Amino acid sequence: MAEDGEQAAVSPQGEAGEEAAEGGAAAAGAAEPVPPAAGSPGTEEPAGDAKKKIDVLLKAVGDTPIMRTKKWAVERTRTIQGLVDFIKKFLKLMASEQLFIYVNQSFAPSPDQEVGTLYECFGSDGKLVLHYCKTQAWG
Amino acid sequence: MTDDKDVLRDVWFGRIPTCFTLYQDEITEREAEPYYLLLPRISYLTLVTDKVKKHFQKVMRQEEINEIWFEYEGTPLKWHYPIGLLFDLHASNTALPWNITVHFKNFPEKDLLHCHSKDVIEAHFMACIKEADALKHKSQVINEMQKKDHKQLWMGLQNDKFEQFWAINRKLMEYPPEDNGFRYIPFRIYQATTERPFIQKLFRPIASGGQLHTLGDLLKDVCPSAITPEDGEKKTQIMIHGIEPMLETPIQWLSEHMSYPDNFLHISIIPRPTD
Repeated sequence: MAEDGEQAAVSPQGEAGEEAAEGGAAAAGAAEPVPPAAGSPGTEEPAGDAKKKIDVLLKAVGDTPIMRTKKWAVERTRTIQGLVDFIKKFLKLMASEQLFIYVNQSFAPSPDQEVGTLYECFGSDGKLVLHYCKTQAWG
Repeated sequence: MTDDKDVLRDVWFGRIPTCFTLYQDEITEREAEPYYLLLPRISYLTLVTDKVKKHFQKVMRQEEINEIWFEYEGTPLKWHYPIGLLFDLHASNTALPWNITVHFKNFPEKDLLHCHSKDVIEAHFMACIKEADALKHKSQVINEMQKKDHKQLWMGLQNDKFEQFWAINRKLMEYPPEDNGFRYIPFRIYQATTERPFIQKLFRPIASGGQLHTLGDLLKDVCPSAITPEDGEKKTQIMIHGIEPMLETPIQWLSEHMSYPDNFLHISIIPRPTD
């Protein structure tokens, strides 16, 4: 499913001991400790990627299907729209179905906003937590 | 000496004389005259152009009309950016009126968000206000408001009612007296010379030593290329609402008085004209 070109921009991030479910391309380097990159402390990623990518934790709201892999390494320049497309594909939602993404369980960033910017302003503990939902959850 | 509150009015009632022209390749049944309008700087293109749309649709066949979009000198104009920002970023230092081209075909999916109804604008506007308050007050002020207060902010903007909007918005501009300012300043910096989207970072209005951070401090911190070295010639202009505020202006004051209704300071960095 998520193999076609999405791998480059979004890749699963296994938590310690957790199996990286689909297409664990990034998991191979996960065991090697690398110095944390500026702005993304504790990233368990192969060096080189570490600067470009941030950890995003995706949480489902309400009756929206959950993703078995919750933590993903996402390129900073990835837009919210890009992330929406990825999640929809991953969950096999129809193109016509809506998907909303929320930051801090309070506001929906605009589709052209970059996750890197949101991480800078709203990330905590080295990751950005985003909630996703098939219906409007907040405001 | 004028009252600082007058600044809020001046910002609210800022207008840009604009000439809308139908794109040459659009098919019409008779000639489409240009349409002139004073655009409110603080509003959104798709919110204030119903008359423009009607004007051009009169001379077009129904089947030729798809979603309207606007362009200036080849650049599609993002409706979800406030009008004043679009002008400052793309058309500062050009002769007025601002010449905007109107399209009904070939919607540039890559550059623009769709805007099928006013609800989309309202949702975007409220999301910006919420994001700003997350930065300013950890969302406490916006969350304590009632649904009708949120609606009043939107209706104030939509109907161009300064008093109605500010009766609620002033609460979003408050802070505990012991703090001397917001937690972080909601700002976005746009650069005309780059394809990259805006810069937005965490920036406090007060330095750790207690002194007020200025516009210059902000730029030095997040966009040093915009600042002219002391001996160098000025290569850039820093624009907010069509003026160049002094770099010594405290950023907290700017945030309270020169933010757009979405509660963000939208700062444009553009090349200084050479003549």
